[in-house]
Amino acid sequence: MRPERGLVGTSLALVLALLGSGCAIKPIEPWVKPYERERLTDPVMQWSRASLADRHREHIHSVREGARGAVGVQGGGCGCN
Amino acid sequence: MMSTPDLDPARRTFAGTVAAGLTASLVAPWFAGVAHATSVKPKALPPDFTLPSSLGGNLRLAEQRGQVVLVNFWATWCGPCLIELPHLNRLHDKYRSAGVLLLGVSVDNDAKAAAAMAKKLDLRFATLFDTAKTVSRAWDLDAMPSTVLLDRDGRVRHIHLGYRDGLEKTYEAQLRELVKE
Amino acid sequence: MGLWRWLSNSLSRWRERAGVRGLFSGLAAAGAATVAPAAVLPDDKAEAMFHVYDGGGVKADGPAFLVRKKLGERVSLSAGYYIDAVSNASIDVVTTASPFKEKRTAWDFGADWLVGNSVLTLSGSTSREPDYEANAVNADVAADVFGGMTTLSLGFTRGSDRVGRTDRREVFFDDVRRWQYRAGVTQILSPRWLMSLNAEAISEDGYLGSPYRAARVFGAFVPERLPRTRTGRAVKLRSLAEVLPDTALRIEARAYWDTWDVRGRTIEIAGTRKFGPQWLLDVSLRSHKQTAALFYADNAQVDTVFVTRNRQLSAFNSLGLGAKLTWKPAAAWAERYGVQVTGVFERKRFRFPEFIDLRNQRPYAYDANVMQVVLAGRF
Repeated sequence: MRPERGLVGTSLALVLALLGSGCAIKPIEPWVKPYERERLTDPVMQWSRASLADRHREHIHSVREGARGAVGVQGGGCGCN
Repeated sequence: MMSTPDLDPARRTFAGTVAAGLTASLVAPWFAGVAHATSVKPKALPPDFTLPSSLGGNLRLAEQRGQVVLVNFWATWCGPCLIELPHLNRLHDKYRSAGVLLLGVSVDNDAKAAAAMAKKLDLRFATLFDTAKTVSRAWDLDAMPSTVLLDRDGRVRHIHLGYRDGLEKTYEAQLRELVKE
Repeated sequence: MGLWRWLSNSLSRWRERAGVRGLFSGLAAAGAATVAPAAVLPDDKAEAMFHVYDGGGVKADGPAFLVRKKLGERVSLSAGYYIDAVSNASIDVVTTASPFKEKRTAWDFGADWLVGNSVLTLSGSTSREPDYEANAVNADVAADVFGGMTTLSLGFTRGSDRVGRTDRREVFFDDVRRWQYRAGVTQILSPRWLMSLNAEAISEDGYLGSPYRAARVFGAFVPERLPRTRTGRAVKLRSLAEVLPDTALRIEARAYWDTWDVRGRTIEIAGTRKFGPQWLLDVSLRSHKQTAALFYADNAQVDTVFVTRNRQLSAFNSLGLGAKLTWKPAAAWAERYGVQVTGVFERKRFRFPEFIDLRNQRPYAYDANVMQVVLAGRF
């Protein structure tokens, strides 16, 4: 198995499934409205508050351990504009 | 298991991933909730509301007919909203005497925090507190901040979703037009 | 400068092959079509940190700086500088060589563009120490879709390292090339709950060992022999929910597997709580467990093509307990510049049941302390 292709194949399949479902059924309405996103902007609801500190911590993990990757990217938040 | 990985398939794979991203971006409109029916439609009357006002008592929208009304939905946690509010403050000062009423509807959970922010920004127009989100749900506007301009008959004439640098100039031009009617 | 030329060559080759112009226009078209909440650029900030790692005979400390500023409405630039002053008397060093000190310096720089509902990021980094140079270029795209409730992200990193050894006249003798592919989706499930799924594939080609490290075969020390390629995959699922007012619970689970037969699982649970407007406390527990690489042996009794005694490739587990405290001063200047001070302390224990400490012939274990103090603000 060539897992890079597995990763790409899965994301392509997922995207095509979304595309296909868009044709078959009416698009789903987003259920969290922009005016309901107050809690998501709170500091306790952030994945990362101090990027330097988190980066350093991940650096230690990747140097001291044999496993690495999939550290994560952003999302959530205010969603304004 | 420990064979040399081909490098050309690696690059082809990357192109495949980029293609997936492109497809995802084209799929985006399906999920944007673009053309969903909102109760705030041009030329129609918007849903009426009565909300507590920072200037004392309650304020009912329907009673403001006869004036050009600008309704702006904002919140203390919304960055672009806080950038827009001082511009609205200036519009209020300039056009109040011409019969333009500015209403800021705050959707904060905590009305006190909203009142404190209004005081900090020295807002001279009324702040209405929609803590229960009843008006936001009724008007169902898909962005924060959002601004709706109503004419003297109380009908919706312009809807602006989001804030961009310079949008206040558009507001000003549209207000002048509505005032002249 | 060699790095700059290499960077621009890599970028133009990458752009031609991957049709990036097509990607940009696709995203721009999608951005124009939506009226939903758009993505925002990261906020301006400046951070200064002092970090310390002390464990297993290795002490590494130093400052780090990060600056990020918006240029107009659509572009945000960032730059960072990091120093590690390392004093290494680890078990490998102590049992097979002698303790040493060295300094590692790293720079990174990046640019973010807001294009419709997406943020495109291009960044690069370089890390230098006397016997290792690591360079990387990254490209990431994060698009807000579905009314801003879903964020899709894709990323690519191309790394190029130069491996060397300071005990020879000719320092650099080999290199490593790396390709990393990332994909992720973050979903808002409710006004108080977020989840995120991330996947990454890392492929390396080149000299993947350490020229100083010895393996043990039939009791005798020999230079380690590692494959010249390694491909690993990681998948991480995490959840962040506000379970009580002002209190959030974060749970993360990551699975890792690679072509060297290392399989790892990492679980982290953290709780965050606000205490009034000025204080925030975050407590976390992290457990990492992994299996050994196929050719790992503390003392190989069979002569194999590849052999290593790198304890990071053995079956081991580590447990970390950490706390992070953030303080926002109440003064008006602090409010205006968004000043906050964060102190982090984490205690980690590492247990290596398959790696014998040659000093006492028992399985090796050590505890490490990680400390960070960060001063952050905006300007």
